[in-house]
Amino acid sequence: MATQTTYGARDHARAQEGTRAEAMPVVPAGNWPDPPCEAGHLVWAETVAGGNYTHRVLARGTELRLTDPHGDACAHLLLYAEGRPWERLNVADTVKVQWNAYLGEGQLLLSDQGRVLASVVVDTSGRHDALCGTSTLVSNTGRYGDGTPQSPSPAGRELFKLAAAKNGLEPRDLPPSLSFFQGVRIREDGTLDFTGSAGPGGSVTLRAEQDVTVLIANVPHPADPRPDYLSTPLEVLAWRAEPTRAGDALWDATPEGRRAFLNTAEFLASKGRA
Amino acid sequence: MKTVVPARAAWSRVIREGETLTITDLHGNQAVDFLVYDAHDTAVRYSAPDTVQAQGGIFLTTGSVLMSGEHTPLMTVTADDVGRHDTVGGACSKESNTLRYGHHTWSQHACVDNFLAEGAKHGLGKRDLVSNINWYMNVPVEQDGTLGIVDGISAPGLSLTLRAERDVLVLVSNCPQINNPCNGFDPTPVEMTIEAAETTIGDAR
Repeated sequence: MATQTTYGARDHARAQEGTRAEAMPVVPAGNWPDPPCEAGHLVWAETVAGGNYTHRVLARGTELRLTDPHGDACAHLLLYAEGRPWERLNVADTVKVQWNAYLGEGQLLLSDQGRVLASVVVDTSGRHDALCGTSTLVSNTGRYGDGTPQSPSPAGRELFKLAAAKNGLEPRDLPPSLSFFQGVRIREDGTLDFTGSAGPGGSVTLRAEQDVTVLIANVPHPADPRPDYLSTPLEVLAWRAEPTRAGDALWDATPEGRRAFLNTAEFLASKGRA
Repeated sequence: MKTVVPARAAWSRVIREGETLTITDLHGNQAVDFLVYDAHDTAVRYSAPDTVQAQGGIFLTTGSVLMSGEHTPLMTVTADDVGRHDTVGGACSKESNTLRYGHHTWSQHACVDNFLAEGAKHGLGKRDLVSNINWYMNVPVEQDGTLGIVDGISAPGLSLTLRAERDVLVLVSNCPQINNPCNGFDPTPVEMTIEAAETTIGDAR
């Protein structure tokens, strides 16, 4: 198609609509071919390329399912209270308050304000990590020769900086992150045992317990010992659902969690969001 | 230069490249919550995950390098009488205390408030607070992932020494927590000693 004129260039650009790529958002999300809920409830459907990132604001009660279709995704995740980024994921509180270093079903992702940002409602992978954070420009340059966002081996922190910037946040707003689909265990002497992926098909479903800003970088785990930068696409689906309420099993699963839900409910009630 | 940091108090200081900071647990089992920043660019600050990555483990001791979020060295542990220190548990706060123990703890002192008040003297705010080191605090992780703050393995007079790998700003909260064994349920003073570069272990290399 001729692009030497403005009209031709316009026609050429417009003719691209409908092109399918492996990694892309499906808009509207209801067009996703195999929805895990009523199709009309989907609000986010995207495949994130290996070495790429995404971000979204999710309303309270939204469920977010991350899936590792090929077995080498690693979803590095940060959460912020939407519009109030001074309340954000606190990994130390998340593990300390719940007396558990390992992420899994039933665990709450706690903010630094004694409240719940999201809960883990389904986990079919069991290979996750709350201790090692993500990769950096320095570490990826050392391991793979480059870590810049446009390189073949982008670093998680560099991608988080971009995702943060698109939400009005700066590098100072990036605390330690969580990672899903690549496991780490702690030996008795405190050293790390990288357990890797559970294989293709694992998924994790998070439920937003407040309105949250979600940042996701899909990059290799920093403790992955393999010499190559191996990062396969990550599937992201989110749909309207209900937040955890008093009476749900998760609400009362632990005394610490119950108080976190109570604090969250009271905070929302005082904002007029019962 | 020697300074005694009273029980429950905050402390901060710029440590110049090559200088050493020795922290002495005067009475034993006192958790010393610790954050460190590049003194000239406080956006470059201690990162627990990068430190864990760099040394392949969660406990700090002699030889551990405290890494920034940009994966660059800030300080190195050059001596340690205790053997292990915590990277995982972070700081106590009024908010997390309500989850861990109950709402009756809300009026108690907590480390996050110390960090906020002391950090503000240097232009640091809440966004600058990240997961911190707890010197002398004992946080084992069981095989099933269960973790907790248990009785300390420190004792009166034990110390550790850190060498600054660049000019750094150190923020300390001498932990006021009274609901768990991190302080033996009894916060006590600690001593900070800063020594010049020419008298440090590093210069013997």
